[in-house]
Amino acid sequence: MALFPTGPIQQVSGTAISVPGEDIDTDRIIPARFLKSVSFEALGDQVFADDRLELSGDHPFDQARYQGASILVVNGNFGCGSSREHAPQALMRWGIRAVVGVSFAEIFYGNCLALGIPCATAAPEQIKSIQAQVDREPGRSWTLDLAGLQLASVESSWPVSIDPGPLDMLRSGRWDATSQLLDHGPQVAALMQTLPYINKFAAN
Amino acid sequence: MSSGTLYDKVWDLHRVAELPGGSTQLFVGLHLIHEVTSPQAFSALKDKGLTVRCPERTMATVDHIVPTTSQQRPFADPLAEEMLSTLERNCQEFGIPLNNIGSGRQGIVHVIAPELGLTQPGMTVACGDSHTSTHGAFGAIAFGIGTSQVRDVLASQSLAMNKLKVRRIQVNGLLAERVSAKDLILHVIRHLGVKGGVGYAYEFAGSAIEALSMEERMTLCNMAIEGGARCGYVNPDDVTFEYLKGRPHAPEGDSWSRALAWWSSLATDPDATVDDEVVFDAAAIPPTVTWGITPGQGLGIDETVPSLDLLDPGERLIAEEAYRYMDLQPGTAIAGVPVDVCFIGSCTNGRLSDLRAAADVARGRHVAKGIKAFVVPGSEQVAEAAEAEGLDAVFRAAGFEWREPGCSMCLAMNPDRLEGRQISASSSNRNFKGRQGSASGRTLLMSPAMVAAAAVNGRVTDVRTLISPSAS
Ligand code: SF4
Repeated sequence: MALFPTGPIQQVSGTAISVPGEDIDTDRIIPARFLKSVSFEALGDQVFADDRLELSGDHPFDQARYQGASILVVNGNFGCGSSREHAPQALMRWGIRAVVGVSFAEIFYGNCLALGIPCATAAPEQIKSIQAQVDREPGRSWTLDLAGLQLASVESSWPVSIDPGPLDMLRSGRWDATSQLLDHGPQVAALMQTLPYINKFAAN
Repeated sequence: MSSGTLYDKVWDLHRVAELPGGSTQLFVGLHLIHEVTSPQAFSALKDKGLTVRCPERTMATVDHIVPTTSQQRPFADPLAEEMLSTLERNCQEFGIPLNNIGSGRQGIVHVIAPELGLTQPGMTVACGDSHTSTHGAFGAIAFGIGTSQVRDVLASQSLAMNKLKVRRIQVNGLLAERVSAKDLILHVIRHLGVKGGVGYAYEFAGSAIEALSMEERMTLCNMAIEGGARCGYVNPDDVTFEYLKGRPHAPEGDSWSRALAWWSSLATDPDATVDDEVVFDAAAIPPTVTWGITPGQGLGIDETVPSLDLLDPGERLIAEEAYRYMDLQPGTAIAGVPVDVCFIGSCTNGRLSDLRAAADVARGRHVAKGIKAFVVPGSEQVAEAAEAEGLDAVFRAAGFEWREPGCSMCLAMNPDRLEGRQISASSSNRNFKGRQGSASGRTLLMSPAMVAAAAVNGRVTDVRTLISPSAS
């Protein structure tokens, strides 16, 4: 598997890992002490470090049966708190390529999108069933299909949602926004002429 | 201008283009950067052969990793030193002003930008830091972004955004004596939940909000993000203008009067419609303290830790986790819970008025035996002003340590941290598991005056029992 997602993303396939819990914040996904670096490189080993310490080997990210998983299944408000992009970077460097959950915090969602990691949502009861299946049979292979908007395995499939904007960006490969933004350089310059606080508040 | 909310007006003014994916390209009027979330963005910029579009609309400081005991360079921690020297190199290479240690202007990014008059009404403000919501206190649209977006803003002075809905948080009446903006926002988050604001900008309005000082409004907007709202704002008024007047980057002369007219025009129109409104009665808000592991797990100072049957079904799972982690059982009164460490500081409550409120409690009293208590001013300017008033002496005499400015134990990326299962009374904004530097450390969030009260009694204390009009 390539280290980073690139180009259009139509689907993500692989085994799944479930991390249950509400309001799992980015301090838990990657504790602040690991932010003391000028690069993201080492983060893969440090993902969920304190939670893993607390569970001494029992955390899903430590369990042998979940190693190699690429689809993360979570509950509500996942990724709340700090804006640190280190959180999705750490998940991605561990091997996660898609997240499916009840809901996501906005900054986390945007950070995932900027890395090409789809975040799909499904109803709470559905997520519970998916988590139960992942738990029962961790080796099962799943596909998050962005065209058909479903999460499917050989035995079951569940509808999921992704907002149209992010969905289009992922499927067209335009999820890295920089070049689009740069294309509008002249419009940015024109807009700057109209903003009062850039022009000594003179009327124009 | 047609009738609308401040959010609508500022959004429209900054719209560059609609992007194919359905989001909007939004111009960023002020881009703030710091040492933790910028280095990877600069690397990505250089990898792509790009440069910084508007260095003059970008401002840097160092806050998260700085030690607060000695700020001598090189720092004792080589990783911290590397982060600051990387920021210095990047700022130099791209011509970005850096408010470095010793400049007289260094401090927590959300403290210094307002202090310098950089944050102004009607701007869009972005920073790779979720508490950028603070700047909404000025009637700006200010929000936190991730590192990829920091790269985008550096490269294009704009970013791709989706428009939020607006929820008005209408707070009527006036706050009671000794009840602060921190209590108000903890109360709001307790009632609307930590995800209640997802998808919204919070417009704080009503007589209680209008009566707040700028520093109090910053405390309020700072924690909008803890309620899930990516930005919060207060409509600009005379309090805003009075604060800005004469600040280094504020407009002067003719520009000032033109600015006043423009700023005034931005406030939400009386007939504007908002997507949602929630009303609170300010007088009913008590000093509020968190007991759990999210900022929404708050209690009035006279209350007890709630039992599961008193909570919404959706909150039970996290409450059970909080009982275990905090080692606080349902029915325990929050007042009287013993603490080990007392921390006064952070971008929520590290400003001069916060230090004054805490010093009022500390004056003539002493930190209880066995308690570690320290005060970290939010910026060099705050430190200087506090020292000029003798607040440092008040704190020292009371047994508090007086430190150098920075984020400190708000997130413990420097040596200031909890040890083991220590429990802190903290004026910061997050009580997440492990937030203050120990994987099992525990945090009780409260106002700076309440932290000072906890320090002198060694346990959570209603500040009103220490200072009341009759007691002094
Ligand atoms: S004081 Fe705390 S919340 Fe504020 S910017 Fe620093 S680390 Fe973030």
